[in-house]
Amino acid sequence: MHEMSIAQSLIRIIDQEMARHNAKKLLRVSITYGSMSGIVPEMLQTAFKALTRDTLMQGAELETREVPLKVRCRSCAEVFIPQDDLLIMTCTFCGTEFGHEIVEGKEMYVQELEVE
Amino acid sequence: MQIKVLRNILESNQRLSDQLQAMFNEKRILVLNLMSSPGAGKTTLLEKTLTRLKHEFNMAVIEGDLQTSNDAEKIAATGAQVLQINTGRGCHLDASMIQEAVEQMDLNQLDILFVENVGNLVCPAEFSVGEDCKVTILSVVEGDDKPEKYPLIFAESSVLILNKTDLLPYVDFDPDKASNIARGLNRNIAVIPVSARTEEGLEQWYDWLRQRVNQKKNN
Repeated sequence: MHEMSIAQSLIRIIDQEMARHNAKKLLRVSITYGSMSGIVPEMLQTAFKALTRDTLMQGAELETREVPLKVRCRSCAEVFIPQDDLLIMTCTFCGTEFGHEIVEGKEMYVQELEVE
Repeated sequence: MQIKVLRNILESNQRLSDQLQAMFNEKRILVLNLMSSPGAGKTTLLEKTLTRLKHEFNMAVIEGDLQTSNDAEKIAATGAQVLQINTGRGCHLDASMIQEAVEQMDLNQLDILFVENVGNLVCPAEFSVGEDCKVTILSVVEGDDKPEKYPLIFAESSVLILNKTDLLPYVDFDPDKASNIARGLNRNIAVIPVSARTEEGLEQWYDWLRQRVNQKKNN
């Protein structure tokens, strides 16, 4: 439901970057989002499309890529991508289960724009 | 032409939230972002807290609500300062709404500011509002699988209040299961089982608040 707010923030950033580079048209924007963030990519697509109508961004492709959750083990402090259930998160280095510190997987970033 | 960007999409909210936090720190106000599903008991918990602690602390509430002012009226009846934000159809509060709200409030001498977020376990978790801590309230009638279904909000919270424990005999809710899942996602989360209605367990919540206010004052 909050994809509308996210799309608005995204558009504000694209606006600033396009102005800075004197771009006339947006062709593509790529973003990444953590698997634990609450983004539903289809809803973000819909919101982006609706909010960019009649702007320099109309018709641009919104490329979304999910990045996996990364956690730091509470025992051995190694960073790993949990391969099993979110609730168990067995450390791939030492086998310790759950209670690890999340280091990546909650964030969302604008990665790149393609403009004319 | 390609432009490398690498900017946090929620950077403007985060920036504003950081500014608010700096202002609250300077005034040494403990700010708590209260989140839950609709009907989990945020308002009842607040009513009890504001009534019980009113001689100990100066407290205020920012009330996020979709349409009505029912909750704000209940809070105002406790004598606490309350400011209502109607989000219309918005599903969460963000830092700019809190900034507007605090401009209309008297923050002097305030010890605790509670932000009662819109009832929703998904969206509010993404938007910081200048708080020291997020507090999630989960009522036992909602089911013990909720931390598993909505991991972000539990991973982000410092406290999990398990409310409506007076109803435990009537529902299949395993408090240990819910606590363990929440602790698996966030090992520092404090789990406090309460019944805001019967007031059982609330002393532990009040003690947590006293301790945090104390920390905030002496930092």
